[in-house]
Amino acid sequence: MKKDARLKKRFNIRGIKDFLLSGSLGVTLISVFLGFMVGAIVLLIAGFNPVEGYFAILKGIFSKPKYMSYVVIYSTPLIITGLSVAFAMRTGLFNIGAEGQYIVGAMVAAMAGYYFHLPMVLHIIVCIFLAALAAAAWGGLAGFIKAKFGVHEVISTIMLNWTALYLSNWAVTLKSFGKQGTGKSFAIQETARIDLFGQWKITEAGIDFIRSHKVLGDILKSPVNLGILAAFLLAFLMWYTLNKTTLGYQLRAVGYNPNAAEYGGINVNRSIVTSMCIAGGLAGTAGALQIMGVSHRIAKLATMEGYGFDGIAVSLIGNNTGIGSVLAGFLFGSLKYGGSKIQDAIDAPTEVINIMVGTIILFVAMPKLIKLIFSFKKGK
Amino acid sequence: MDALALSRHPLWGWGYSDPTTLFGGVKCLETIDFFHKAVEMTDMVKKFGDFTANDKINLIVHKGEVHALLGENGAGKTTLMNVLYGLYKPTSGSVKINGNLLNIKDPNVAIKNGIGMVHQHFMLVEPFTVTQNIILGNETTKSMGIIDLKKAEKQVAELSKRYGLTVDPNALVQDLSVGSQQRVEILKALYRGAQILILDEPTAVLTPQEIQELAQIIQNLTREGKSIIIITHKLKEIKQMADFCTIIRRGKHIDTVEVAKVTEEDLASKMVGRDVIFKVAKEKQLRGDKALEIKNLVVQDARGLPVVNNLSLELHKGEILGIAGIDGNGQKELIEAVTGLRKVKSGTVSVQGKNITNLSPGKIINKHKISHIPEDRQKRGLIFEFDIAENLILETYFKPAFSKWFTLIKERIYSNAKDLIHKFDIRPEESEIPAKALSGGNQQKMIIAREVSNEPEILIAAQPTRGLDVGAIEYVHEALINQRNQGKAVLLVSFELDEVINVSDRIAVIFEGKIVGIVDAQDADEKQIGLMMAGGTE
Amino acid sequence: MMEALIKDIGFIIGTTLMYSTPLIFTSLGGVITERSGVVNIGLEGMMCFGAFAGAAGAYFSQDPWIGFACAAIAGGLLALLHAIACVSFAAEQIVSGIAINFMGTGAALFISRMLFDGATQTLTIPNKMPLPLNFLFGEGKMFASSGFMDLVFNRFATVYIAFLMVFLIWFILYKTKIGMRVRAVGENPEAANTLGISVVKIRYGAVIMSGVFAGLGGAAMSIAVVSRFSNTLISGHGFIALAAMIFGKWKPQGALVACLLFGGAKGVEIFLGAKGVPVPGDILAILPYVLTIVVLVGVVGKTTPPGAIGKIFDKGESA
Repeated sequence: MKKDARLKKRFNIRGIKDFLLSGSLGVTLISVFLGFMVGAIVLLIAGFNPVEGYFAILKGIFSKPKYMSYVVIYSTPLIITGLSVAFAMRTGLFNIGAEGQYIVGAMVAAMAGYYFHLPMVLHIIVCIFLAALAAAAWGGLAGFIKAKFGVHEVISTIMLNWTALYLSNWAVTLKSFGKQGTGKSFAIQETARIDLFGQWKITEAGIDFIRSHKVLGDILKSPVNLGILAAFLLAFLMWYTLNKTTLGYQLRAVGYNPNAAEYGGINVNRSIVTSMCIAGGLAGTAGALQIMGVSHRIAKLATMEGYGFDGIAVSLIGNNTGIGSVLAGFLFGSLKYGGSKIQDAIDAPTEVINIMVGTIILFVAMPKLIKLIFSFKKGK
Repeated sequence: MDALALSRHPLWGWGYSDPTTLFGGVKCLETIDFFHKAVEMTDMVKKFGDFTANDKINLIVHKGEVHALLGENGAGKTTLMNVLYGLYKPTSGSVKINGNLLNIKDPNVAIKNGIGMVHQHFMLVEPFTVTQNIILGNETTKSMGIIDLKKAEKQVAELSKRYGLTVDPNALVQDLSVGSQQRVEILKALYRGAQILILDEPTAVLTPQEIQELAQIIQNLTREGKSIIIITHKLKEIKQMADFCTIIRRGKHIDTVEVAKVTEEDLASKMVGRDVIFKVAKEKQLRGDKALEIKNLVVQDARGLPVVNNLSLELHKGEILGIAGIDGNGQKELIEAVTGLRKVKSGTVSVQGKNITNLSPGKIINKHKISHIPEDRQKRGLIFEFDIAENLILETYFKPAFSKWFTLIKERIYSNAKDLIHKFDIRPEESEIPAKALSGGNQQKMIIAREVSNEPEILIAAQPTRGLDVGAIEYVHEALINQRNQGKAVLLVSFELDEVINVSDRIAVIFEGKIVGIVDAQDADEKQIGLMMAGGTE
Repeated sequence: MMEALIKDIGFIIGTTLMYSTPLIFTSLGGVITERSGVVNIGLEGMMCFGAFAGAAGAYFSQDPWIGFACAAIAGGLLALLHAIACVSFAAEQIVSGIAINFMGTGAALFISRMLFDGATQTLTIPNKMPLPLNFLFGEGKMFASSGFMDLVFNRFATVYIAFLMVFLIWFILYKTKIGMRVRAVGENPEAANTLGISVVKIRYGAVIMSGVFAGLGGAAMSIAVVSRFSNTLISGHGFIALAAMIFGKWKPQGALVACLLFGGAKGVEIFLGAKGVPVPGDILAILPYVLTIVVLVGVVGKTTPPGAIGKIFDKGESA
């Protein structure tokens, strides 16, 4: 009994409960609902049956173990870039730069994964560490420019995103790193990969296993990897850091009221840089995990892939919290993956998903409107 | 207000016989046309959600009358005037202007009916010129909506000449003094043909000279048959400027009195609802060693101007040193420089002989034991979203008392809050509610609890009673005197001269970034200090 | 030798003008909305939607001008959403802008797939924007074809319109009643409100106009620079226009200069690419972005954005 109470206190059950009961969760859920409604209306106007459409999405997510596995794989980077944006947001910073930090992380991981020859576990750790470090510097640069020169991070990170993109594209053209003429880099070493059974899957035994085991085999058809575990771990670490540590107290104080934080003796400029470093490190980790678990190489990009931008959506829908980002990341990942099936199923454009996500964010941004709808429902 | 009954009053002469008198003068009623009710507000009610800001207030202002609205902060004076000006919709009640029932649904209707308002926080567009500000919303144009600036400037110049409101029509508002900005505001209303002028706390930011000028302007305006409503909580100015005074307390109409027939004490007790003691009780105490020494301090503002200009000052243990001065003479920058929130350009600040110039705020708080009750509670003093317990550890969260291995110890943080809430009588007694849910007085108590519990050697209090009601003001004064009695050094900055004189042991007068004189509070002469505050020599 | 050099310069100026034009339109949109105090980072989405609407309109009507008008309407409609959210429902402006970006690109591709057989690009439009000064150039005309004058001045109508618009917006903002009101609302909405100016109406107008301009910017890309919309056509141009606006200190003429700088970098990049100069194109492409950061670091402390930028205006009635 006593132990239970202490456990409760230690793990701050109050915090989670508060979160679930708080008004913002209500707003989010209603926004998601309204997003689906708008999506349905768009489909209807375009001459599709929205029930069929949503059914196709659901089927595309849940009907096969492989699909569900893909949803997890799609969601992983979104959750982590979501955490990146959310972490900065809690310190009052708008990290539009998650995209560029992701690219830097991916690039560095691809390089470290290809150039270095290290034992299995060590190689993975080194890759992630270097990628996170580089991306932390990339994010921290925006923080530094803000702290030192007062340039708004939204502007500087937009610039840094493009800089990162072209930098990465240039790296692919390097003779020692890029396969000439393909627009792609060389694949990373086996020792740096985090996919499960990647090697074994293409052996005879592996192929036999996949054929004979219905569920497990189906799952293994997708590039299953350890990324999602990292995402969970990072979400927990973010929650712990923000809510339980002195650093978190400091960063939140700066986020809520930098003037008061400064007055209280907190070094605001250092907090801004620290927060952007951590946010950058998170986004960079997302990029690294994607390289190490799924693509194994980087490619020349004509335009942004959008992991960072999607991370903004994830963070906003997830109310800028760790657990919120995990849930919103899964929602977004499911929609992205399941939404791609709507095209084959009923020939409706998958971009209805973008419209839905946009709508959800728009409603999340307008708690005033949601509350108005609520009070209207109550009959005033 | 029966016109016949009032006509029996003797008519006094105007009170400007001696314009150098700061607080003297007697008002007369000769400009008032008692047969013409310019404003008649009846049973005005204004609710914000569940909160009733105005509860059946009546107000009658005649043509040519100066009418004061008196009440404490938050009593509902400004709300009532915002209703009259069409910024708020009344919940119920009726408004008659010059005898006509009107629905003032927005400021346009108010302006059209000759109502003008000068807000406490000036409603000016800073990067615009005087002329642009005055014509905004009512522009002089050539064809196709192109502004005729030449013509507008001429109009403004004429207007300013006619009422003796001197301003340069071409100057940028951001370059003007506060007094000039106020004149622009008045011109704005007159340009729109205002017959009824509402002035919200017009003297709060003015020097004594500027207050005199304002009184003169108000006189000129009433002579032209204009009615003036002054919102204020300063009794002296009511005595000086107003004919009648309506007192509002907690949204309710308390009384309307003829100013000449009541004393300041009467007005004060009507405003507060009980007798007010103007004096603060404190025992005499010997002053101790030097605690804080400021030498030749120069601090610049954002534009690079030296707002603290070669200032020197000593603060001793066991004394309250009050800094008297008009807002904007470098007080804010001085405090920010001492507490490390603003860079010092030159000069030194030292605590017990140790130089603390340009150290970080954290070092100054924790190593040199300076606590600071900031001027702006909401901007500086509190984190609204944090709960009381979290706010109470703003300066100490990393100390062993509250954390171990970079992890916060919640039990200790909340038991600390419980203690302080009890000790400092913070209400509600809940450590887990966010700071924004507290009243202004309790927010201030929370800040005092935090700053005092940090066991400072020096306590700096900037405007510590601003916006508080009388009970909370007394609490704050007691807390400051308590610190002094414990042998701590207290520096008090206030724009209320009464407060400085009542609470301090010594008074330093600041003008244009310099200390222009130091006097003992016991021999303080209000008039003399007032003169120094305005830069006059002794 | 000399002649070739002049021709090269002409080529660079010409491409600069062409690539700057979409940015100039969009940047002007940014100036208008931010001057009224509303941040709009949804310009990217509005530009994308406008680019699509412009190309689709021009394709179906076979008239680029109708496409141009379609782009304006499309951008304006999307901006209306932003205005509703930010002005009427006190939405966080940056968040709403993010939402608009998702919706704008989503809607553009969605409708594209509907109208163009599942493709995320339109078909090639039959008529591009006209070259209004074309009659001056060629055999026996005033100027020789592909000479310096031809390379610089024989440009699409959109280029000239963009420059005209810079002047027009400057004139409106600084010389007219409506412009003064817009600026007042952006600096101090409370003050404007007390003078009977409707902050809500002014901001709705300004935000919608920003969408119209962003739409035109998109169309200047899809029906002049190229002749179709595709899913990668607008990739970050809206954001760059936004940066150009800040770079240009929230002034139309300043934004123009910044846009020319970005366009110029593109022009040089294309020129060097065409000449086969061995400078990696990707490194060159980085230049404008790095330059922007450097310039912002150097000057931003000295610029002042509109006083009420990004702040939610609430009359206090709902409290």
